[in-house]
Amino acid sequence: MDIARFKRRSEYEWEIEARGAMRVPGVIYATEPLLRDMDDKVWEQVVNVAALPGIVKASYAMPDAHWGYGFPIGGVAAFDPDAGGIVSAGGVGFDISCGVRSLHTGLSAQALLAAQKRLADRLYQRIPAGLGSTGAIRLGPKEMDDMLSGGARWAVKRGYGEAADLERVEEGGQMAHAKPGNVSERAKQRQRDEMGTLGSGNHYLEAQKVARVFDAAIAQAFGLREGDVLLTIHCGSRGLGHQIGTEFLKRMAIAAAQHGIALPDRELACAPINSPVGEEYLGAMRAAINCALANRQILTHLAREVFAEVLPAARLELFYDVSHNTCKLEEHLVDGQRRRLYVHRKGATRAFGPGHPDVPAPLRAAGQPVLIGGSMGTASYILAGAETGEARSFGSACHGAGRAMSRHQALRQWQGRQVVDELAARGILIRSPSSRGVAEEAPGAYKDVSAVVDAADAAGLARKVARLEPLVCIKG
Amino acid sequence: MRRLESLAMLESAPAARWEHFEHMADIGVRGIGATREQAFEQAALAMTAVITDPGSVAARDAVAIECEAPDEELLLADWLNALVYEMATRRMLFGRFEVRIEGHRLRACAWGEPTDIGRHRPAVEVKGATYTALRVAQETGGQWMAQCVVDV
Repeated sequence: MDIARFKRRSEYEWEIEARGAMRVPGVIYATEPLLRDMDDKVWEQVVNVAALPGIVKASYAMPDAHWGYGFPIGGVAAFDPDAGGIVSAGGVGFDISCGVRSLHTGLSAQALLAAQKRLADRLYQRIPAGLGSTGAIRLGPKEMDDMLSGGARWAVKRGYGEAADLERVEEGGQMAHAKPGNVSERAKQRQRDEMGTLGSGNHYLEAQKVARVFDAAIAQAFGLREGDVLLTIHCGSRGLGHQIGTEFLKRMAIAAAQHGIALPDRELACAPINSPVGEEYLGAMRAAINCALANRQILTHLAREVFAEVLPAARLELFYDVSHNTCKLEEHLVDGQRRRLYVHRKGATRAFGPGHPDVPAPLRAAGQPVLIGGSMGTASYILAGAETGEARSFGSACHGAGRAMSRHQALRQWQGRQVVDELAARGILIRSPSSRGVAEEAPGAYKDVSAVVDAADAAGLARKVARLEPLVCIKG
Repeated sequence: MRRLESLAMLESAPAARWEHFEHMADIGVRGIGATREQAFEQAALAMTAVITDPGSVAARDAVAIECEAPDEELLLADWLNALVYEMATRRMLFGRFEVRIEGHRLRACAWGEPTDIGRHRPAVEVKGATYTALRVAQETGGQWMAQCVVDV
């Protein structure tokens, strides 16, 4: 896009001055090349969000921002409920609480490589992936509600994982104030057979090696050493979250009109936080967050079973679990005042700085781990929340690479088999039920995640700690 | 947003066809037909084509679908979302559609079969129809067009 449309606040901070219907300015964090590459739609969407009632400080976009639904993907916006602030289903996204969970394995890359193929095959057999796959458990109505209230805590009680896992999950593994009663029967029906499934699209389960450490002190606090192997899971709330998103999008489109909120784009559909539809959505969305946390917890358990069989020396300990499609009530310092705000992060990762009470005690001094997923052939990154992040973006950072080309363009350029073979030649084993899906997700179809992470680091959103490279990837 | 390519023609009604259009992270589905109903049917075929070749889906079992919305664009999103729901909960794919619209109410029948991973080789799961690029309109020349981006 045209950088002349921005006022450059610093090398990495680009402001769209508030004008017209905008209540606050827009701010995009990026390097000049990343900004130039962004779609004009990002500008438009940042401006639209800035016009929503009750928005505080600015409408933000992270360095990986791209064209989303109403809100940009990579968008962060906070709303004050006492100033008419709104909550938006599109501002959270369809895959509510989609996120990343990483586990230490206690293995070196060398040890894993000795059983790499067998591990890939066994994980692929065990982890339900792709369209039409079903989980091992089928939830009845009572258990469905227990799961929606209990999240990962429910899953641990059911025997999936260990109590020690919970302290390494946001919200201690259980999102408070979830209202299973606000979740429709249709949403529950869609989830009945989908607990413990990976889904499709850009979701994956990966064994990765720590290829490089950038910040030795934080890496040590995080327990990361070069050559170590991590297991990382990227997925969300599956059918339940999508159904909730779909239903509330429609209800909020109608509610917005009733509350006299002008929407330049229907996808911005929203309702005041203090309104029946707004409150109902928050209760349902929190239940969907619990669904995502439970889902990643069950997948963790399945992965542990496979490692116990293939590589018995492994000890899978949860490092951290963080979501990147949420709306959460948080306290933030705004112009010297502490305010309770509803922070939407849509394709953006919470990145609380050192000392924040919501970061698990063993990690607190270093800052919250920020887990950034890359594409299946490139790299992922671990960052740590920086002190400066609070003032910059309500403690938020990027979430991934973002696509560089559409699925159609990718299909014209690559074939699934060819992608799998090329990656195998580089020592990365891909297992996926869908050859076309692999082609659509080819590494070249994504932007350079390194550039995005470097920009987040340079802009003071989060600190770069380590680079991870894939060894085995189960692709949904 | 530019038109990408016409991917298929329906043999029975030469005017009716579907196509996909570009969206960076996801994909757009567009149905074109002589009537609004036909455009809705073709949009549904375009959505199936995001997942698999619609020609590979046998019209074996029929599923009845009804929805209602305050306007025809929300009705299109509702229609496609009702299909997403039926695909997910019945674990089916659909390859043939018949739509009737009266006022703000849609009644339809979708024919398909259980998803066969080996034969259909589904590329991706459609999570939902969105309001992005959502449009239902009669174009100059009289043809109807129904489109939106679907989240995958």
